[in-house]
Amino acid sequence: MSPRAAWRLESLGFPQVYEYAAGEADWLAYGLPSEGPDADTPRAGQIARRDVPTCSLQERLGEIRDRVAAAGWDEFLVVNDQQVVLGRLRSAALEASADATAEAVMEPGPTTTRPDEPLARIVSRLRDKHVDRIIVTTPDGRLVGIAERRTAERVLAQREGTEEDHD
Amino acid sequence: MPIDIQHDEVQRLVAAGAQLVDVLPRAEYDTEHIAGAINIPLKELDAQSTAILDRDRPVIVYCWDLL
Repeated sequence: MSPRAAWRLESLGFPQVYEYAAGEADWLAYGLPSEGPDADTPRAGQIARRDVPTCSLQERLGEIRDRVAAAGWDEFLVVNDQQVVLGRLRSAALEASADATAEAVMEPGPTTTRPDEPLARIVSRLRDKHVDRIIVTTPDGRLVGIAERRTAERVLAQREGTEEDHD
Repeated sequence: MPIDIQHDEVQRLVAAGAQLVDVLPRAEYDTEHIAGAINIPLKELDAQSTAILDRDRPVIVYCWDLL
């Protein structure tokens, strides 16, 4: 739709026309500001924990394990130097040989969601899959954080309570 | 020829005075739109509806996504 609009504007004599083809979906996925009644919908980006520890493909588990304990997490995300999520290391994988690299034991291509995903949908998805967390990335795969189901449920419950107070 | 840009360039251009135009139907715009955008639905894009735009400033158009 937007390419046609851009060309139409040019045909109407506008000399400087730009097209944001990725559009509103992309904008919201980056957590950028919006307006309108749906703009205050609670979304994944708002609750994503940014403190999730990360490591590179070539780091060895011996080094990673110490950092896991220090960070207070039971998992690591494997990212490249662009912060693109390549894999996930859960606690079981962290028990492998200290010489093993993250690449050798990671779960490749973990499931992710975008920051604009509404929390209600996240909770539903996580309940269906019987999991407690989901990785949040930008549309080009860069790490935003990890969204936890219990946090999403708490935010939604608080919101419902607020709305009931206003009724 | 229109230039395709990414969100960071949208932010930069808008900060420099560009006009942001949502070309989705009015009801979709009303539900939610990029902060600061005005709405001129594609089906209404003509000389009259675009008269509100300043021709001396860049115009950025967008819809929901690539499709």
